[in-house]
Amino acid sequence: MEKENGSPNFLDDIWDFFSSVKLTVVVLLSLAASSIIGTLVPQNEDPAKYYQAFGEVWYRIFHVLDIFDMYHSWWFQFLLLLITVNVIVCSIDRLSATWKIVFTKTPSFQASRFRRISRKEEFFSDRSQEKLESMLRPVVAGNFSYSTVEKTDKNTLIFGEKGRWTRLGVYAVHLSVVLLLLGGLIGSIFGFDGFVTIPEGESVGSIRVRNSNSAIALGFEIRCDAFSVSFYDSGMPKEYRSSLTLLEGGQPVMKKDIIVNDPLRYKGINMFQSSYGVLSPKEVAVNFQSLESGMNYKKTVKLGEQTDLPEGLGKFVIRDYTPNYKFRGKDVGEAFLGVLTQENRTPFEIIIPARIPGFDKMRKGRVAVSVQNYTARYYTGLQVTYDPGVWVVYSGFILLIAGCFVTFFMSHQSVCVEVVRSGSKSKVTVSGFSNKNKLGMQQKVTHLSKKIRGILNDAPSFSQSEDPS
Amino acid sequence: MNSSMVLSLTTFIYAFSAFWYIAAWIFSKTVFGRVATWTVILGVCGNTLGIVLRWIESYQLGIGHAPLANLYESLVFFAWTIAVLYLIVEKKYKNQTVGVAAVPLAFLSLAYASLSPHISDSIQPLLPALKSNWLIAHVMTCFVGYAAFAIAFGLSGMYLLKVRQPDGSGSLLSHFPETGVLEELTHQMVMFGFLFLTVGIITGAVWANSAWGRYWGWDPKETWSLITWFLYAALLHGRLTVGWRGRKAALFAIIGFAALIFTFLGVNLLLSGQHAYR
Repeated sequence: MEKENGSPNFLDDIWDFFSSVKLTVVVLLSLAASSIIGTLVPQNEDPAKYYQAFGEVWYRIFHVLDIFDMYHSWWFQFLLLLITVNVIVCSIDRLSATWKIVFTKTPSFQASRFRRISRKEEFFSDRSQEKLESMLRPVVAGNFSYSTVEKTDKNTLIFGEKGRWTRLGVYAVHLSVVLLLLGGLIGSIFGFDGFVTIPEGESVGSIRVRNSNSAIALGFEIRCDAFSVSFYDSGMPKEYRSSLTLLEGGQPVMKKDIIVNDPLRYKGINMFQSSYGVLSPKEVAVNFQSLESGMNYKKTVKLGEQTDLPEGLGKFVIRDYTPNYKFRGKDVGEAFLGVLTQENRTPFEIIIPARIPGFDKMRKGRVAVSVQNYTARYYTGLQVTYDPGVWVVYSGFILLIAGCFVTFFMSHQSVCVEVVRSGSKSKVTVSGFSNKNKLGMQQKVTHLSKKIRGILNDAPSFSQSEDPS
Repeated sequence: MNSSMVLSLTTFIYAFSAFWYIAAWIFSKTVFGRVATWTVILGVCGNTLGIVLRWIESYQLGIGHAPLANLYESLVFFAWTIAVLYLIVEKKYKNQTVGVAAVPLAFLSLAYASLSPHISDSIQPLLPALKSNWLIAHVMTCFVGYAAFAIAFGLSGMYLLKVRQPDGSGSLLSHFPETGVLEELTHQMVMFGFLFLTVGIITGAVWANSAWGRYWGWDPKETWSLITWFLYAALLHGRLTVGWRGRKAALFAIIGFAALIFTFLGVNLLLSGQHAYR
């Protein structure tokens, strides 16, 4: 595209290159085509997974091309930069001409332009040229924001126009695209997107950044007071709820229950309900039944802490907890792993599924252990984000919608009502054009013509004798 | 009579209406055309009734939500928007032959929803992520856009047929609108669809930001909607300044619609992501 360096027109050539709409179309199509890749190849997964899926050769090729994180790759960013420069240059290139049209104080009309229009509405009236002018001028003025009359002794031309400013709509759209990309850029430079898990009752002061190993200190602490999950009868999740307290210098500054779609925002940092999991409870109410005496002993056992049992039954400790224990390939739900230490025996492990109280009896030991109850402890997974660019993006959104509406459905419309003496009668011609939506403009002209005829027909005939206003 | 039955019945009304539109086109009898229009109005009534009933039924089940939450419900709403938008076009441009292309699309959407064994018509409760006021705004704007693109697709097909025999005197194509009118109408529909697709993507982005803390995440559904947006943006620019008119613009509107259908159905059925609401 570019000519050799040193040519006096070199800068002009670059300008022409970037101000071409062909470039816009090519870049838009390239963006569309390349974006498909990232929907077929899962993004930002474990490299080992890719290696397995694609084999060494393809893995290397994809790796070089950043296919595994393609929307942040240099070449995709380059396409975005190209479209940005293209949009800006195109707009500047055309804006000065549009500006002159939009901000003129006295719009000029050329009768010849209206006469060249092939589809015009024509009819005859008995009224005089002057009378028609005085009757029709208010009609045009009422329908159009600007109107003017040009008169010669042979004819009268009433011009009207509106929507000059709508020519700026397309620039609003282009500006909005720049705002969207700028907002995205601000977010990616100054913002972060992180993740943190907090067990119930605990607090954290920093989060892990997504797709990286770095951590970010928040400047305050998030404490998870409680987490709950509820289900529909069908087993589908109904609601995830985390009760959070924010602490600064150990003092609570904010308290809120968050659910999906209702996050907590503090100092520009947003905390979203994202996931959850089950943790081992801190203490468990355990029942020990002695085989010899048949006595039941209830004890509260803290995880990891050894408990002495009566009747010389030994010592017991809960070592571990699992939310899904598999017994002979079957999921029996929550279960505890305990260790019994009895005299003259090596310590041995026992499994205590929470939902099957008689389970340990089947072991037929000196003591049967069963779990009575415990409070399940959850951890909540929060998405924590900070994006100072979001308001730039949102302004872009509003401008984009407004701009598209103006560009697509509003136009700069001009009409001309020409009155020519034709024998004893007057010939009225209504014509008009707009900078877009020709079909709609034709309908408008027809409509205006009908309106004028209606007014002329309804006006009483004695109006001929009225004073000309 | 429950909503599913009403909607199954509506499928046949749309089929019936499509039949009359085609009959009116082939035999160019105004009476057939009038029957066709009244049948499609009846279809819209049935479709509306089905949607309203389903809404009420969801409240009776104690899981009340707008019926816009899964594939079945979105196909039903898609059929509704196509039929309503077509009726507006028919009234505004006073041409019935467009119905030959548009009404069968409404029928197909509803038939796919009602008859496909892979699509469940049971009313399910809302997942936590879908519980938002943005649901209605997002889904409605998207589908109004989809419907406009669907009609643009039908018009483009008509254009491509017509342009082969522009005069086509005596043939069936002579009843189609002039190529210029078809072209302009397609353009109007594409612009209308583009505006609504834009609003749909934006409401989706704002929703995503309030639910997950990011307005854009390159999720397959998001990306495909953007691909569709890029394609139609290219068409609008190409038409405006590079001179893509006529055949090229029509072909492009068809390609854009193919991308749109993939965004709507393909992504849900073939790819995974946040929008996997079956």
